[in-house]
Parts: sequence; C-alpha cells; structure tokens
Amino acid sequence: MPARIGVVTFPGTLDDQQALRAAAAVGAEPVALWHKEQNLHQVDAVVLPGGFSYGDYLRAGAIARFSPVMDTIIDAARGGLPVLGICNGFQVLCEAHLLEGAMIRNGDLHFINRDVTLRIENNRTAWTSDYEAGAEAVIPIKNVDGRFVADAHTLDALEAEGRVLARYVANPNGAARDIAGIANAAGNVVGLMPHPEYAIDDLTGPAGFIENRRVPGTDGLPFFTSILKSLVSA
Amino acid sequence: MSTGNSSENVFDTTDVFVDTAVAFDTVAKAAENPDVKQPFRELGMTEDEYLRVREILGRRPTSSELAMYSVMWSEHCSYKSSRVHLKQFGEKAPKTAALLVGPGENAGVVDVGEGLAVTFKVESHNHPSYVEPYQGAATGVGGIVRDILTMGARPIGVMDPLRFGPADAPDTARVLPGVVAGIGGYGNCLGVPNIGGEIVFDPCYLGNPLVNALCVGVMRADEIKLAKAPGPGNQVILFGARTGGDGIGGASVLASATFDEDGPAKRPSVQVGDPFMEKVLIECCLEIFAADLVVGIQDLGAAGLTCSTTELAAAGTGGMDVRLDLAPLRDSTLTPEEVLMSESQERMMAVVEPAKVEAFLAVCEKWDVTATALGEVTDTGRLRMWWHGEIIVDVPPRTLAHEGPVYNRPFARPEWQDALQADEPSADRLKRPGNAAELRETLLRLVGSPNLADKTWAVEQYDHRVQGNTVLGHGEDSGMVRLDAALPGTSLGVALSTDGNGRFTKLDPYQGAQLALAEAYRNVAATGAKPLAVTDCLNFGSPEDPDVMWQFAEACRGLADACLELGTPVTGGNVSFYNQTGELNIHPTPVVGVLGVIDDVDRRTRSAFEREGEILLLLGGTRDEFGGSEWAHEVHGHLGGLPPRLDLNREKVLGEVLIAGSRDGMLSAAHDLSDGGLAQAVVESCLRGGHGARLVLPETDADGGALDPFVALFSESAGRALVAVPRSEELRFTDMCVARGLPVARVGVVDGDTLEVQGQFTVPMAELRAAHEAPFRKLFGHSVVDA
Amino acid sequence: MGVPVARVLVDVMLKPEILDPQGQAVQRALPRMGFDSVTNVRQGKRFVLDLADADPATLRATAEQMAEKLLANTVIEDFQVTVLDEAGETGERA
Repeated sequence: MPARIGVVTFPGTLDDQQALRAAAAVGAEPVALWHKEQNLHQVDAVVLPGGFSYGDYLRAGAIARFSPVMDTIIDAARGGLPVLGICNGFQVLCEAHLLEGAMIRNGDLHFINRDVTLRIENNRTAWTSDYEAGAEAVIPIKNVDGRFVADAHTLDALEAEGRVLARYVANPNGAARDIAGIANAAGNVVGLMPHPEYAIDDLTGPAGFIENRRVPGTDGLPFFTSILKSLVSA
Repeated sequence: MSTGNSSENVFDTTDVFVDTAVAFDTVAKAAENPDVKQPFRELGMTEDEYLRVREILGRRPTSSELAMYSVMWSEHCSYKSSRVHLKQFGEKAPKTAALLVGPGENAGVVDVGEGLAVTFKVESHNHPSYVEPYQGAATGVGGIVRDILTMGARPIGVMDPLRFGPADAPDTARVLPGVVAGIGGYGNCLGVPNIGGEIVFDPCYLGNPLVNALCVGVMRADEIKLAKAPGPGNQVILFGARTGGDGIGGASVLASATFDEDGPAKRPSVQVGDPFMEKVLIECCLEIFAADLVVGIQDLGAAGLTCSTTELAAAGTGGMDVRLDLAPLRDSTLTPEEVLMSESQERMMAVVEPAKVEAFLAVCEKWDVTATALGEVTDTGRLRMWWHGEIIVDVPPRTLAHEGPVYNRPFARPEWQDALQADEPSADRLKRPGNAAELRETLLRLVGSPNLADKTWAVEQYDHRVQGNTVLGHGEDSGMVRLDAALPGTSLGVALSTDGNGRFTKLDPYQGAQLALAEAYRNVAATGAKPLAVTDCLNFGSPEDPDVMWQFAEACRGLADACLELGTPVTGGNVSFYNQTGELNIHPTPVVGVLGVIDDVDRRTRSAFEREGEILLLLGGTRDEFGGSEWAHEVHGHLGGLPPRLDLNREKVLGEVLIAGSRDGMLSAAHDLSDGGLAQAVVESCLRGGHGARLVLPETDADGGALDPFVALFSESAGRALVAVPRSEELRFTDMCVARGLPVARVGVVDGDTLEVQGQFTVPMAELRAAHEAPFRKLFGHSVVDA
Repeated sequence: MGVPVARVLVDVMLKPEILDPQGQAVQRALPRMGFDSVTNVRQGKRFVLDLADADPATLRATAEQMAEKLLANTVIEDFQVTVLDEAGETGERA
C-alpha cells in the first residue's frame, strides 16, 4: 500500500494540483482534501500548498487557518502527523501557530517569480532526509509576502536548535537570517516559502544557467521522496 | 440612415412628466410622455442613432432602454466603424478543418488533436489603464480570462503585449509599474501562468498606453459552450460578484429626476477587480461545465448585464424575461439604468434547464458564489425587464446585439504618406557606424536600449509556473504550455506569440500588418509548433480621421490577405479606436497573436545556446532594410522609408524547416530575427545559454550583392532565423534547407565566454550581460530594503 | 427595529520593531511631491465594525477578542480599539 499524501484545497489555493502531481510522481497515493471537511481520509502526511487562499485577504493564510480541515490537521500535527506547508501553506502554519514567525511583504514590494538557490541545512526531518546536509537546491519562489520575520529570541532559538530548514544563498526578499524554511521542535511540521513541487522534472522545472552552471530541474523532488521513505519505514 | 418620421417636437426643451407614484422611467411612461427630452448625446449617441431607436421601438425609449442602446451601439461594443473592414477576415478566411468556432463568439476555438480544443483571444484595455494603471490592467486580465472561461475552457495561459511612451518619461514611470503590478496582481492570484508578451516604448503612446491582454484555454472538443439562450422556460441565472457602481460614469446622466440622496456621492468610472472572486468563479464554472449543467453561458464584460442579456437573448430562441431588481447589489442605491450599465467584474450569466437548477446552485454554494435566477428564456422575440413590478425594458434583442449601426467611415491615404516613405534611412541620410569600434558601441547601445533590453524586472512579477505545464515562457520565441489540464499525461502542447510593430505599420499599414503576422508565425514555428490560427487586437487612433481609417482599412486588408496565404484564419479579436491625445494619433498598431500546436512538448526548441561547439546557421536572406528599425529609432530618432520586404512563401518554407528540424531533433536552438536584427538574436541566445559565440558575418546579401557588417548585424529583413545545430546534424539540416530553396549560411559557432564578431570586435559576456540586463531595473526598479 | 448598532474601530499596525517596507516606500515618495518635513511613515489597517445587538458594557472586550483572534496577527502586529458613541469618537483609547 503506497503512502497516502493529502493535499488541502482552500478557496483560492493554486498549487494543489502540482503538489498532487509531485506526490504521484514519486509513487505515493495523492489524496485531495477539501477545506470544509474535517475528515483527513487516513492520509499519512499532509501538504498545505501554495496559492492565494481567500485572496490573501486580511493576511495571507489568516482565514484559511480557521477552516474545518485545519482543526483536524492542527490536532494531528501536534500528535506527530508530518505536515509540509509550502508558500501560502507555510503562512497558514504560522497563523495557526504550528510554526513560529510570520511572513510579511517582500523587501522590494513586488511579487517575485524566480529560481533561487537554497542551502538545505536540516536534513533530519521526514521531508528533507533525502538531501545531503548543506546541499544546494535550485527551487522556484513565486510570492509577494515571502519575507520571513520573527523576534530575535525566536530566531536565536531556531538557529540554536537547528530548526532552520533552508536558507537562501542570495536573499531575494529580506527574510530574517536568509531563512527560507523552518521546522517545529518535533521535526514533523515544516514550512518552506519556495516551491519544491515545481522542481520535479526537467521539462517544466528550473532551466537555464545560474552563473554558467546548468540548472537542474529536479532539485525539489527529494522533499517528496523523503516523506515517502519516512512513511514506508515508519 | 433615415432621419425618422414626423418627430419635430422631439427636441423641445420642455420636460413633460406624468406624475405617477413610480420614480423611475417605465415603458408605460414612455408611451405617455413621448416628447420628453432624452440625453442621448451625453450618452455618446448621434441624433440619427437616437431616431433609429425610436423607429425600432415605435415610441421613445425608456431611460433604461436608452442606456442599453447607447452602450450596445457604442464603438467598443458594436464595432460600428470597423465591421465593414473586419468582415474580410471571414470572407478571405482560409479553409481549415481545425477551426471549430470562428469570429462572432466570445473567442475562437481550434481543434488541436487528441479530442482537445483550444480557445484563445486578445483584447485591449487601453483607456482604463491610462486612468488607473493597476486596476485597468488587472481588470483587462480578468475580462479576457472570463471570455475564455465562458467558452467552456480552463484558462491555461495569459500574455500581455504592452506599449508605453518613452521609457524615461515621468508619466511612463506612473503607468508602467502600475500596469505590470496589476497584471501580476490579478493574474497570479487567478493561478493562470503568464507565458509571454512584450513591452515596447514609443513617444506616440505617451498619452495612450496600449495594454492588450491575451488568454488561452483548453477543453475537450465536444464540450464547447456557446453564448445562446435556447429553450423557452430555461432559467437565466446571474452568478459571481454582486453588482455595484463600477464603470458607470456615463450613466449618471440618466439618473432620474428624483435622486436618492443617500447614495454615494460619486459613481466611479474605474472598474475594480477581485481576482480571488474570479479564481473561485473559474473553479465553480468548470465544475458546472463538467456536470453539463448549462445550455448557454456568457460572461459580463463591457456593458455588463445589458450585453449579456441581449447577446444571450439574441441567440437561441430570441426572447428573455428578466426581473432586474433581483440582481444582487453591492450598492442598494443603484438605479435600474446604473444596474444595466454597471461593469462590476467577476460576473457570469448562465442559461439552465429547470431540472438542473438545483444542481447548478449547489455547485455555486460549494464555492460560496452568489447565484440568483433573474428570469427565463421565452420565444417572444423580445427582451423584457421589470423593475419592482414595472416593465422598464421591452426591446427586440437582435437590434441591440447584432443590428447596430454600421458606418463606412471615409478613408483616404494621408497626404504625408508619400513623403514619409520617401524618407529612406539610407547611408547618406543617417550616419552609420564606420568602423569596428563604432559597430561595437552600436551593439552595446542597442542591446541596452529600452525596447531591446532585458525585461526581467517586469517579467519576474508574473507567475509563469503555476499549473506546472509551462514548458516555454518569457524570453523564448513563443510561450508554450502542455495541455495536461484537459488530458492528464498528454504531451500535446500549444505555443503562442504576440507581435506587432507600430513603426512598420505607420510606414505602410498593409505591409506592417502582414509583418506582424509573419513575425508571430515565425516565432511559433521557431519553437517547433505548427501555426494554426490567429487572434488580433487592432489599436488605432480616431476612426473619424480619414488618415486613421485608411490605416485601419489597409491593415485589415493586409492581415486578411496574409492569413489566407499562410493558411491561418482569424478566429476573433478586438478593435480599440480613439487611441489619441488631441489630434495626435498613436502609430497604427495591429497586434497579432498566432497559436500553434506541437505534438510532443519534449521536442520543443529553445532559443539558448547551451552547448559549446555547435554550429550557428543563418536562415533566410538579408538586405539593407532599416525603415522603422530599432537602429534608426534608437540612434537617430528616425522613422521613414519602407518597412522590410515580406515574402510570405519564404515565411511558410522557413516555418516548415524550423518545425521539421525541431521534430527530427536536428536543432539545438532556434531564434527568430526581428527587432535589432541578427545582433540582438545572437546576444539573447548567448546570454540565455551562458555561452559566447564566434560570429563570421555573411558577406553576400539576399540578391547576391555585397553585405557590409553593419547591415549584416542590424538590418531587420524578414523571413530569417538563427539556429544552432550539433556538428553531426549540420549536413542533414543544410541539405533540407537547400532542398526547399531556403538560403542557409554558416555564421559561426557557440564558443567561449565572449561574443566575437570576427574581424570586427569582441565583447566579454559579462559586459554584454551588464549592458543588456541593467537598464530596465535601473529605469523602473526600487532599491531592495535591507533586513 | 430598535436593535442598537454600535460601531467600533480597530486599528492594526506592524509592531515597531518589524520593518515596514510599504511605509518606507510612502516615505520616499512624499518628498518627491514637495512634502519635505515627513520624518517617518508607518502603514497599517483600520477595521470599521458595525455590531448589531451589542452590549455596550462588553463591546470593548468583544472587539479586543476579535482583534486577538483574527484581525491582528499578534506575532507581528499591535492593535488599538476605539469605541464610537453616537456623536463620534469617545476619546477613549485602549
């Protein structure tokens, strides 16, 4: 029985289909979850995908966080369910206080769609175990409120506890300490602003050159192979 | 047009009101007080048009009916000045089995194989974008996406051809960032990838930016939806956003004598978009379509409810009864005229069989979309509307939707045209670079000029990845998307390019329109896709100016003739007139979009030079042609002479070679030559691929004469492309070219980290990159705020 | 009729230590229009809440709960509640 990965759709979610595709691409069973339903349909892990849930009205993720499905996910996450929040999903996790910090407007005030190089610093989570520690990965960002902020105390704790998941090599938006993603203390809930689900094949993934090095299109795949392996061996 | 019957008293200034308890104008009142003065001129109607309405109705129109005729017969909705010329697109349309829906519907539809159909269209939102750049551009995207959605398709791509005044003009600094932010702000939130477009600068667009928006969508070929209302008894349902006062600036003249004084003081004329609402509407509609719940559907765009009710009623069984007061309102003080003229965004109108209404409403409920049955289809042949129990509209809908005025505006070749064409940019008229250093300087200047410089600053503000099917995006010759959304697992894809050249078109409108088509055709073929069909956005000055009307007539003729010869029919499009500031018209700017299909997106050809050692081949012939060129514009501010010669047969052959080369794996890269000529194409492909090149310029021109380096580098001759082939494929490819009569010349090799033009100059890649990539950000970028 | 309608204002601002690039952009733009004396700009949001059937005694507390739970993200934002009487502002501040 392949591992079941649930992907939530809120009104305004945009990247659910691609997350489902990524799950299928690695051999997991993708399960679509509707925001109004509390039932998680026996999934083994959950992805909160990117997009503009509720139009980002009020604040990105602020309204989605109160959906019926989130009630169940918050409980389950506290109980150890692996949860990956991508972009808007990361914002929802912060609003739900499953992760610390918050996202504010990008430093140059613009939406940015760009392939960026990340350094994966924490490969001990269920979502990142297939990366080498310190590995670089080219993964696209596409957001307007992608700038991670938190107070100094929180940032220090994240660093000290090794819970910074990934950092930007060239910070595109002014994020504190170049942070692109973080993990909770238990390591089952992670949030990432860049979109690994859009770096899963050479046809549609990042392409071209960054500083004369050919850019691979599949650097995001390990997020999905990692969770699959974690679930199989669990 | 007849001037009517004995209505000598119609323009008396005496207002005659019959005192009734009803404050708004009704059909009953119209019969009772036929001579009341009506503000038709303020609504933009001519006296003749007004009299014709009276003739059609057999009485004076109610103020609601007057509002409806004034918008439906406006230039924007009725195409009254353009129809006589646009009909060539139908008359001269090449026969093709691929065309499923032609001009006349919301968008054209073509069969692309594997049971799939693709719908696409380009439209303008020029004037609103000048007034309010962000919202004007945003609602432009929203409008074209709804046009595609209403055909039954999932929108899978948008493109934006944009034109502004000079890059360093203060007003451009006001308009451009707002337009780019608006396109991104709306399109990104919808989840439709932005896969191409262009940004062009010219002084003629200073008071009249051109914001054209294209959308493409995919669906199963047997699931096309049309805008008709068949079946008496079927319900008419308005769904989506509530109706407010957007865009009704002009309707205020119709406010009845008894104002509601508690209403908002100003009626806004700018429409404001809500992309979240539209995203939800897209998903809601697609579920409705999948469950086959509608027999007809129309989106509400220009002229809002007026347009949707009249167009739906005019098609199908020909009649409709509507209770207008049931329309959900954002602003309860709106008068019926205002409700009819409102251009509130994100609204659709569906015709639903009674047995399916419950299921329809359930889908809307699931997505929290407001849906209200307003009325039903009838077979009376009349569109009738009630407002709180009183009948306020009773009209034959065809007279509004299809039988508007048709004008044959006078046109004549401008008296300055000959002088303009005689002012050739010859060597003795415009100083040309005289040595290698000057050639080098010219190259760097051009690649860094606003029209040719890298546009990443703008393009990065658009999401090109969402939906995960974009295989080619900005910077490539065409945008290409895989059609996975309608057929999971398919490798079928479509490619689109939008092109237009106002300078060429000003020099020769017939030729300029053809060159626009040729360029878009070439761009699609360069990526390996077979061109199938065309959409056009015709941006012109005032149709009341015979010079402009001549430009329009010539451009339509040129485009129609070229479409016939290339075998790609026009499937739909848009006309935008009145792009002028005072007496100053914009350059005639027909923007042409070409759609092509590719069987296997994996085989697409990119434009980057990615492998060292590959051979560079120049296809086609070069001549000394600088009329309307970037060089003449940028270096000398000159516009004169003739645009480049065009050989449509050559374009067809070139297209076939590029497609065959792509399909058979002979090409590593291909890039069409257009603005900036060979130099621009080489620079772009080198920078994209991260490799330099050693260029050996061809020494013979297309006619066998000598070709000097300046002409070789910067001429804008049509019918050319630059390709990179692996050494192992060079012979096979050149044999194919020769067999088809396509000139082919080896012009260099991909090599190193410099661009070397042999015998002339060398530019390190770093310097080239800085020259090409810095200017746009410098012109429009903010500084990044430190953490 | 006869249901009392109360109006409450909730002003939400980014906490002082959070960088406000939107406020900074406004601050850069004002001098270009001739307003040279502006030394700082912070940008925030104002919510205008009309409450039917509201108990005046608990109005402020209710609004504060709404702000804590939804209107403000207290990780990065502060809020201020103002209860309006029929004549306008009370002058009371949180």
